[in-house]
Amino acid sequence: MTTTRAPSRTLAPGRTLTLGASRVAYEVRSYFRQGDSVFFTFLFPVVILTIFSVAFSEGSFAVTPDGTEVNAAQYYLPGMLAAGILLSGLQNMSIDIAIERSDGTLKRLAGTPLPVISYFIGKIGQVFVTGTLQSALLLLVAATVFSVPLPTDPALWVTFAWVFVLGVTTCAILGIALSRLPRTGKSATAVIIPITLVLQFISGVYLAFTQLPDWLQTVASVFPLKWLAQGMRSVFLPQSFEALEQGGSWDHAGIAIVTGLWLVVGLVLTRLTFRWIRKDA
Amino acid sequence: MTASDPVVSVRDLRKSYGPAVALDGVSFDIERGEVFSLLGPNGAGKSTTIEILEGYRDRTSGEATVLGQDPQRGGLDWKARLGIVLQGTGESGSATVREQLRHFAGFYPHPRDVDEVIAAVGLEKQAGSLVRKLSGGQRRRVDVALGIVGRPELLFLDEPTTGFDPEARRDFWHLIRSFRDEGTSILLTTHYLDEAAQLSDRVGVIADGRLIDIGGVDEIGGADARVPIVRWRTGNTTHEVRTATPAIEVARIVEAGGGIEPEGIEITRPSLEHVYLGMLAALEQGRSPRENGQARVDAAAPVTRSAAS
Repeated sequence: MTTTRAPSRTLAPGRTLTLGASRVAYEVRSYFRQGDSVFFTFLFPVVILTIFSVAFSEGSFAVTPDGTEVNAAQYYLPGMLAAGILLSGLQNMSIDIAIERSDGTLKRLAGTPLPVISYFIGKIGQVFVTGTLQSALLLLVAATVFSVPLPTDPALWVTFAWVFVLGVTTCAILGIALSRLPRTGKSATAVIIPITLVLQFISGVYLAFTQLPDWLQTVASVFPLKWLAQGMRSVFLPQSFEALEQGGSWDHAGIAIVTGLWLVVGLVLTRLTFRWIRKDA
Repeated sequence: MTASDPVVSVRDLRKSYGPAVALDGVSFDIERGEVFSLLGPNGAGKSTTIEILEGYRDRTSGEATVLGQDPQRGGLDWKARLGIVLQGTGESGSATVREQLRHFAGFYPHPRDVDEVIAAVGLEKQAGSLVRKLSGGQRRRVDVALGIVGRPELLFLDEPTTGFDPEARRDFWHLIRSFRDEGTSILLTTHYLDEAAQLSDRVGVIADGRLIDIGGVDEIGGADARVPIVRWRTGNTTHEVRTATPAIEVARIVEAGGGIEPEGIEITRPSLEHVYLGMLAALEQGRSPRENGQARVDAAAPVTRSAAS
């Protein structure tokens, strides 16, 4: 090294984490400055919950076997929370990274000393922040506008917390892996949204899961969204609804196992396929 | 690495995509503190070369060393010493100019002062604007600012002034000279030959994946290509003579015309652009680019041709 200024060029240890934190702030700010992502992923579940709750506001939407009335908002809230995790995680992440790959964002970052891990921390952190705000907004609207009774038992909130954290992490990682699927940023929405839309229809977000044919329930059980929705139902629906579930149980172990497996699949796919750029494309 | 080691060293660099050969044996060095320009038509291999050196593409064969490292294996420490200004990108630009620069400055161990960089690229008034709201030329200046904010030892500039107005280009040249004065080595590609002539210590000309010439701005194409041209008109006919002694030639023309001022008389010294275009034309005709101008200067008699008008 012979330049006259010759400062030390060694990179500080621990910078992966501090840069990751700086990425989270940067990503969250950028997210809320893009109107389309705010609408299609952030506000979408709130909009759908509102529409369904208003459309089915006449009388009770369902009655538990012991006679408790459940209104439409309460009935749909768990599904919307699960859909929010899927949208904020998988859909937003895969479309966002596919666009960043094709518009030159990743190429620019690849030419800087930003660690890939810091970039991932930024993305996953952004999903956590926006996913949390989204859930909070859903709960707020459900509780204040549609009088949905929220659970008071701390154990139920613990269930909510682990289902949420596991779901967000898994969906974010799967989103990173799926970002390789669209060939261009322009096709990203067209490739990804059908996948998430179909998943939402077969996993008990818009349609009551227990009314789907058995074979479709089995298909849906392969994917994590069905399990996330089930976990949320176990928190927000009366205990007596458990009997209506497949196998007559909330099956928390099943939720953890299937979602956890998808997390591992996502991590492996991401490790194998993620590149800053398509070299020699 | 010692002071005499080149910052970039390329030997017999080759790159092919299947049967298509993009680079066919390119060799050159860039010395520390030098501004080196790669010139060539679109598709000649300039960007392929620069992207191999930046680590974005893998070479098919040959040697490449950038700041003492093989760019194919350059880690974060290596990237921290580089500044890269890519050809135009279309990022969403949801950060303001200052936010974007602050954020990128944080990636580097010894960044420049963000406000100084903003001032250097002339974006003080836009510092608080979202990047996506800027004009094309202003966004390009943000690209340049991001390339230099890490205080690079080696700066890659791939067609940096596309979309600049003439005044912005002058300012940009001034900026690049100031980096060179600080000891930054620079690899530039550009389509503006005056820009290359203004900024470069040396230039290399790439055509069809080969380096067809390399040397100082005043050297490439050979001395013969720089022989001055004397032009004048008689009626509708334009005369053109290439001679190493243009003043004597003018005196001869005046004498031959009976002491009357020749119409439209001018002496031009071929610019880098003339030389460059001559080299490419010679290449197309299958001659060696170094022979360009040779045939004409040997002819003592004036070359006469009809004026277009």
